[in-house]
Amino acid sequence: MARAVTTNRKMINTAVAWLIGLLIFFPILWTILTSFKTEAQAIADPPIFLFFDWTLENYSVVQERSDYMRFLWNSIFLAGGSTILGLIIAVPAAWSMAFVPSKRTKDILLWMLSTKMLPAVGVLYPIYLLFIQLGLLDSRIGLTIVLMLINLPIIVWMLYTYFKEIPGEILEAARMDGAGLKEELLYILTPMAIPGIASTMLLNFILAWNEAFWTLNLTAVNAAPLTAFIASYSSPEGLFFAKLSAASTMAIAPILILGWFSQKQLVRGLTFGAVK
Amino acid sequence: MATQQSRSAARIMMAPAVFLLLGWMLIPLCMTLFFSFKKYLPLRGDSMANGLEWVGFANYVRFVSSSSFWPSIQTTLIIVGGVLVITIVLGIALAILLDQPMWGQGVVRILVIAPFFVMPTVSALVWKNMFMDPVNGILAHLWKFFGAEPIQWLSQASLPSLVMIVSWQWLPFATLILLTAIQSLDSEQLEAAEMDGAPVHKRFFFIVLPHLARAITIVTLIQTIFLLAIFAEIFVTTGGAFGTKTLSYLIFQRVLESQNVGLGSAGGVYAIILANIVAIFLMRIVGKNLDA
Repeated sequence: MARAVTTNRKMINTAVAWLIGLLIFFPILWTILTSFKTEAQAIADPPIFLFFDWTLENYSVVQERSDYMRFLWNSIFLAGGSTILGLIIAVPAAWSMAFVPSKRTKDILLWMLSTKMLPAVGVLYPIYLLFIQLGLLDSRIGLTIVLMLINLPIIVWMLYTYFKEIPGEILEAARMDGAGLKEELLYILTPMAIPGIASTMLLNFILAWNEAFWTLNLTAVNAAPLTAFIASYSSPEGLFFAKLSAASTMAIAPILILGWFSQKQLVRGLTFGAVK
Repeated sequence: MATQQSRSAARIMMAPAVFLLLGWMLIPLCMTLFFSFKKYLPLRGDSMANGLEWVGFANYVRFVSSSSFWPSIQTTLIIVGGVLVITIVLGIALAILLDQPMWGQGVVRILVIAPFFVMPTVSALVWKNMFMDPVNGILAHLWKFFGAEPIQWLSQASLPSLVMIVSWQWLPFATLILLTAIQSLDSEQLEAAEMDGAPVHKRFFFIVLPHLARAITIVTLIQTIFLLAIFAEIFVTTGGAFGTKTLSYLIFQRVLESQNVGLGSAGGVYAIILANIVAIFLMRIVGKNLDA
């Protein structure tokens, strides 16, 4: 039974919630607005909120000066590549753990999770050294592999929790009807697993896109993604607020949109199924 | 109903993931351990090929006795503790608020969780320049508007500023998880308490808070692991100056900036041990959940 709520109380809730929501969102909103201002308007005192001369100039300047498209392409390559690679490795593993569990399944899952807890800075130099030895420093391939490995535990876990929800009886029925491993995978599990796989992809893409330890430390020019591109605005270009805002807006816009679709999966993915 | 055949197939399917993660964990870990017992200064000509000098526990002792060690521990504790307290307290408040009936709930939810999707370098730089800049930042304008002297945020109040930036990034995560947990609370239980005349604060402390206990623990543990490792936020704002050098950042500086690999590796081993202590608690909770 739903609780009866007075309209009055609902109005107060709405007002307070919207106010706080907008306050939290304000830095993002302000960045987006500032990206359409001129530099002078961007630092005007008192700040101009909406009534300025909207311009797209900053966007073209950012692209001209710093070859934004190359960083964007690197981000897409790294996030997309590591996600796809991770799925190729994780789907069979999660499938077998969910449908053919053994005594050790739980230990393996927990151990995988524990590799995620290893502080990156503790293994920074070995990885750096290996990358130099293998000629992988500042290469997209090398970084794709690292990003895949750091997110692999999350991918396996998320897929495992999704696959677990597929009822085993369906599989048994299919086996009775003479379906082999191949048919089982292709015609029964894949269609049922696609929503889970899609959510996993989405969350993993976001995590890889925003990763800012390895992408900053293992790249220089060639493989640098948007995280590194923005870090280069640290000084002195960062003091040109309008251009910083344009660069920032372009770096976060795709992920903000994807993120809104993935908010439910976020909880499951980042708590390893402990909160659903 | 697993047959022998499907068991061996399962093992083969698991193998790539297991071996990759095993390699990813063991190889660098062994190298870090190895370096931590060696004198290794690449800029002074030390290299693996020439053989490294064994120095026993000297690096471990030096790392802990250096003048930057205890301040870095203090900084780490302030950042992790500060962010945890802020995100959990505000997260509970927000979760309760968002659980109330209102118009446009979905939109508010989106506004609140948006900061989580902003890449760390962007949020750090936007806060540093557009908000905390002592001349042109919004906060400086605001301070001047009220006739106060603008604060040099990242130099005079560097730690509170960092805590603020990082809390802004992690509040959505805490809120989202606590909201998910609060939505599973049986509303009839609350109604019954309300009918029995339990005041708001009693309903909160005796019904809502106990129900959230597990979610709060999980948020604490997961955030701690991520917060111990924050890097980009410090890298682009202060670069470790003004007392913002955390343990992770100190290790990063030792290893890559001053290229004292032996010393940095010893620090790395400390960081790994520290993270593992937190991890053990998290794994227990997650493991229990697997059985259920």
